[in-house]
Amino acid sequence: MFYRENGQFKSTYREDQQILGIRQDRWFIFGLIAFALLVVPYWGSDYMFRAILIPFLIVSLAAIGLNLLVGYCGQISLGHAAFMAIGAYAAYNIVVHFPGLNFIVVLVLAGLVSALVGILFGLPSLQIKGLYLGVATLAAQFFVDWVFARVKWFTNYSSSGGVSTAPVEMFGWTIDTPMEKYVFILVVVMVFTLMAKNLVRGHIGRSWMAMRDMDVAAEVIGIRPMYAKLTAFAVSAFYAGVAGAMWGFLHLGSWEPAAFSINFSLNLLFMIIIGGMGSILGSFIGAAFIVLLPLALSQALPLLNNLGLKVDTAMASHLEFMIFGALIVFFLIVEPLGIARLWAVAKEKLRLWPFPH
Amino acid sequence: MATKKNGPVIALGVVLGIGFVAPLLAGQPLGFFLEVTLGGLMAGVLYSLVALGFVLIFKASGVFNFAQGAMVLFAALALARLAEWLPGWVGIPAGLPALALAFVLATGIMIVLAMLIERIVLRPLVAQDPVALLMATLGVTFFLDGFGQTIWGSDVYKIDMGISKDPTIILESMFQGGILISKEDLVATVIAAVLVLGLAIFFQKTATGRALRAVADDHQAAQSIGIPLNRIWVIVWAVAGFVALVAGMVWGAKLGVQFSLAQLALKALPVVILGGFTSIPGAILGGLIIGVGEKISEVFLGPVLIKAFDLAGGGIENWFAYVLALLFLMVRPEGLFGEKHIDRV
Amino acid sequence: MRPRNIGDVILDVKNISLSFGGVKALQNISFDVKEHEVRAIIGPNGAGKSSMLNCINGVYHPQEGEIVYQGEVRRDMDTHHAAESGIGRTFQNLALFKGMSVLDNIMTGRNLKMKTGILAQALHLGPARAEELREREFVEHVIDFLEIQAYRKTPVGRMPYGLQKRVDLGRALAAQPKVLLLDEPMAGMNMEEKQDMCRFVLDINDEFGTTIVLIEHDMGVVMDISDRVVVLDYGRKIGDGTPEVVRNDPEVIKAYLGVGH
Repeated sequence: MFYRENGQFKSTYREDQQILGIRQDRWFIFGLIAFALLVVPYWGSDYMFRAILIPFLIVSLAAIGLNLLVGYCGQISLGHAAFMAIGAYAAYNIVVHFPGLNFIVVLVLAGLVSALVGILFGLPSLQIKGLYLGVATLAAQFFVDWVFARVKWFTNYSSSGGVSTAPVEMFGWTIDTPMEKYVFILVVVMVFTLMAKNLVRGHIGRSWMAMRDMDVAAEVIGIRPMYAKLTAFAVSAFYAGVAGAMWGFLHLGSWEPAAFSINFSLNLLFMIIIGGMGSILGSFIGAAFIVLLPLALSQALPLLNNLGLKVDTAMASHLEFMIFGALIVFFLIVEPLGIARLWAVAKEKLRLWPFPH
Repeated sequence: MATKKNGPVIALGVVLGIGFVAPLLAGQPLGFFLEVTLGGLMAGVLYSLVALGFVLIFKASGVFNFAQGAMVLFAALALARLAEWLPGWVGIPAGLPALALAFVLATGIMIVLAMLIERIVLRPLVAQDPVALLMATLGVTFFLDGFGQTIWGSDVYKIDMGISKDPTIILESMFQGGILISKEDLVATVIAAVLVLGLAIFFQKTATGRALRAVADDHQAAQSIGIPLNRIWVIVWAVAGFVALVAGMVWGAKLGVQFSLAQLALKALPVVILGGFTSIPGAILGGLIIGVGEKISEVFLGPVLIKAFDLAGGGIENWFAYVLALLFLMVRPEGLFGEKHIDRV
Repeated sequence: MRPRNIGDVILDVKNISLSFGGVKALQNISFDVKEHEVRAIIGPNGAGKSSMLNCINGVYHPQEGEIVYQGEVRRDMDTHHAAESGIGRTFQNLALFKGMSVLDNIMTGRNLKMKTGILAQALHLGPARAEELREREFVEHVIDFLEIQAYRKTPVGRMPYGLQKRVDLGRALAAQPKVLLLDEPMAGMNMEEKQDMCRFVLDINDEFGTTIVLIEHDMGVVMDISDRVVVLDYGRKIGDGTPEVVRNDPEVIKAYLGVGH
């Protein structure tokens, strides 16, 4: 009833092209941002920051990156965690060799390194598509895994093969409490979300979607497949790289090469399938889902045990696998565009409710 | 388009060939070299087995079945655990008799699984684009991994086929110290050969096999002459399930049944890229090439790389197959024996 | 009869042969297209009409022959180059971008004219924003011209077939092509829809002076709107000339009516 656009007229194309076209949506988003920036930092607990909000925000960023590639440009990647690994190790090496560099600069550089490698592994996409490309990206995953596990230079010759980081610094501010990390990550993620939204509503985004929907027609109207696909790979890997650097420095602190394994890649893919292919909002929804489900399951364990069901933690993780798998199949069959699409449909109905005609 | 571009493929073949004999040229003893090559061939046979499952399903339903590895794990778990439990349940002697009965039961389980997958996953997704189907099989993978470990357990289990683990030494007269071959590997090779032969007969000589080939050629045409597509899919998935069971058995006997089997089975992906998605001979040849290539590069190239780049250990075999497949994709995406498609507008 | 202002030859197809494996799709085809004319390609199914268009804008690469476009000689047209030098194209089986709205589909047709870099777009800087608005305005003209204002924000997949054909046309028009290749623009339409489409095609030809190369099965339409007609059959050219000439050509009649088979 309150979700109405009565009296909101658009008289210029500029107004028509803004991201949040409906005033109520704008209020809601601004309210949410204000809440996340001003209220949550004072009210949240360390556990909440560490176990929920920080991982949620970072994987959301990685999922947006993957969604730009898979959901918008239609190029499948089964090895996107490799780009996160590249970002993380690039950031690590930058900090090792240039200590004291502003962390924002480190993030951007790490993203750029990842983007370069992304272009390299995106090259096969010019020749092959679909399933074949999936295998090519698996090659990226396994090769990158191996490189960081074996080539000592990347881990600065650490004896264990793992790396550890010091708290990050910028503009004289040392980010060490979970709350500070959260605020920093939130701001980064907001900026990158806005940029992703701008990209997908501009002509680059349209050329990506054109490649996805009908590549021959896209070529015929003058879109260069090479440019469209490689920019998608580059931007996507850039996002993954930034997310990976933050995952390493701000979430894990110290990590082994296995931190960015194929399972991470597949999880990212699940996020965008469940959340919504070709939807920025869907990336967030999917990320929330994948982060929250294991926590919810582990919370539910005692409950299940009280009911007489013998469920241990190993069983819970198997259960998690089963639920993920079943949900993926469910969404592919029932709503291939994921929760974001369900949300959009609901909103569409709400706009007209209670008089749907 | 009229002529196949063979130049790059030949070039890649030559490079691989040179890489293959390079250890000999570098002065490695022939006996050891042959031993490594044979070891690679045996591993390759196992890859071929899994790849065979992929090719069967892809040919018949156009689905790139990422879950083949999960099916291998699931089947192996079922086999190992049933063989362990059956003696207690029905009083059958432990060892081979129990394994045989477990094998029969596991075959039944894989058939039921095939029917369920066809009914629940494939039928609603028919005519979707291949990437969506691939993702659906990703979902099946996760579900099967979780489900299998929930009902069968998640430790490391043994499958005992009653073959001694001691290696046999052959050709002692020709090479100093002879060549070591494990009996298990020999048995595995024989089993694989029998399976391939059996499948060939099944496809060539039976009515079902002919129907399968018709479906593989042209879904709609096959349907229009009255071949029930759904039943064919069930059969193909069941056959692929059976192939997975055999692969799981020989692999599990060799390495133990554990979660890593599912990931090892992912190696079948590069194998089918190499051989071509629709070619059974391609799956076999691709498996052998990758098996040998992996072992040769690990044993001979590994130490060279470790020295040259100061690596913290080898493990080239983790990526060799994929990178080879990637190179191959660049020069001939349709694989050695696959069919080339032309886009129409 | 409309006043015609036919110019020089803009597109000259010379001895084109194309085969897939053993199948000869086109054998030694030659014809020319003059500026501002409406040139039809007709022929039975499988005659190679779409393959011909695909050679002209570089989707297929003929094994023999050459294509002269605006004085430039080449065998292999590259699709991007073709689009950039003003060859537009619609498709026989709708090849719209299904996941996008009508507006976005047509905007994508305008992509060639949009040059701002990726960073400018990501940050939504002034030039990127100005460019987007400028091109949007042009695209709105196309939408007005094709009378599909009411569907601007509708996903193309949800539109009726006839209107989807219009969007396809709009996407090609957005690039302001010099030569427009139309692959069966009226296939599967009812009478009224065909009349609308004919009107659009003629208006494009008249108002913008766009040269039109058109594949069409409806003989009535072809005879009405085209200046000259090429007839293909089994990959060979069997007729070429004004509608009257072609209509009375015995070989064309034979191909169409199957006399003597």
